[in-house]
Amino acid sequence: MAGEKKAGAEKKTGDKKAAEAKPAEKKGGEKKLREKTRKPKKHHASRNPVLARGIGRYSRSAMYARKAMYKRKYTAPETKIEKKKKERPPATITKPVGGDKNGGSRVVKVRKMPRYYPTEDVPRKLLSHGKKPFSQHKRKLRASITPGTVLILLTGRHRGKRVVFLKQLATGLLLVTGPLAINRVPLRRAHQKFVIATSTKVDINGVRIPKHLTDAYFKKKRLRKPKHQEGEIFDTEKEKYEITEQRKTDQKAVDTQILARIKKVPQLRGYLRSTFCLSNGVYPHKLVF
Amino acid sequence: VFKRFVEIGRVAFVSFGPHAGKLVAIVDVIDQNRALVDGPCSGVRRQAMPFKCMQLTDFVLKFPHSARQKCVRLAWEKENINEKWAATRWAKKIEAREKKAKMTDFDRYKVMKAKKMRNRIIKHEMKKLLKQASKKGKKLQKAQK
Repeated sequence: MAGEKKAGAEKKTGDKKAAEAKPAEKKGGEKKLREKTRKPKKHHASRNPVLARGIGRYSRSAMYARKAMYKRKYTAPETKIEKKKKERPPATITKPVGGDKNGGSRVVKVRKMPRYYPTEDVPRKLLSHGKKPFSQHKRKLRASITPGTVLILLTGRHRGKRVVFLKQLATGLLLVTGPLAINRVPLRRAHQKFVIATSTKVDINGVRIPKHLTDAYFKKKRLRKPKHQEGEIFDTEKEKYEITEQRKTDQKAVDTQILARIKKVPQLRGYLRSTFCLSNGVYPHKLVF
Repeated sequence: VFKRFVEIGRVAFVSFGPHAGKLVAIVDVIDQNRALVDGPCSGVRRQAMPFKCMQLTDFVLKFPHSARQKCVRLAWEKENINEKWAATRWAKKIEAREKKAKMTDFDRYKVMKAKKMRNRIIKHEMKKLLKQASKKGKKLQKAQK
């Protein structure tokens, strides 16, 4: 009898296990399905009918009960706060101190009290609106200037030269190139205001301009470490500008692409080699560029 | 002394005003200063126009005074004024002036190069001829001696 029971029990447990396994699988499967096809919970309409505008039927405490807020108590995840409490930097530091009979070290506060309080507090500044730093200004570009346009530079050491426009940089300056082989203007920045845009355009459709050509790349570098006073300051600053190898490779990379396109247009190369000048009877306001 | 007269059918060129640059035919004379004018094939409605803004051309059409627009148009198209006008030096000069004003910077460069080349060729030929002439002169001098 016992044996039978045991066998029976084993069988049952075996079956149960199998049975449990099956519904477990099913449940798991169902859960997965449920999770995937969970319907968005419909939000109940307001449980506080309106008597007049701004006045509800039930008080705050009644609403608390009606909305079952006693069931819905949420706390923010505590672990982050606990972590931050743990991670706080120490308030004091012990530092070694030299000298005899000094005790060897002192306990020093890391964040010290201010050593000076002004007699009058600094007045609060009024709120201003729309005053953005230069980096967030809106950059505009004239409609006549598109990639591939031939521009005439008006200022700088390359004044009067005709040059090909590549793109507008993040500060709003125009990236421009001679190309170098044509008129000795390297990859350079030009200011939109000091440039005449002609209506001649070179097709720069597939030209790839390297992405590292940004304002930081072109910015003038100045040394700032006047350790020596007066006499030697002038020596440390860069007297002569040296062309880095990187500039040469970048120039080559861009120019080969552009030169190919310039050669396709007859006389364009000679045009870019020439300089712009005014003469008698030539009035800029009457010229069509 | 005067070769072009204001008469019915005279084609005139409007030099200034709202219809500047167009051709009109004089249909009738209103008073000392104005004429009734019509330009069916040049986009000018029949209207009064002062003589001052008209410049007379060589063309005269044949239609009676105060003829309606249809007649003016027929006469105009019969004489083919539009084509004749385009062939005149006057019209060509106007066109050249307009083209020059529209020149872009690149065009100006191309013109400059073309002129330069042309002048070089001319100078070259000129020098050749001068050389020949001087050679001839020398030969004559020698012969005379």
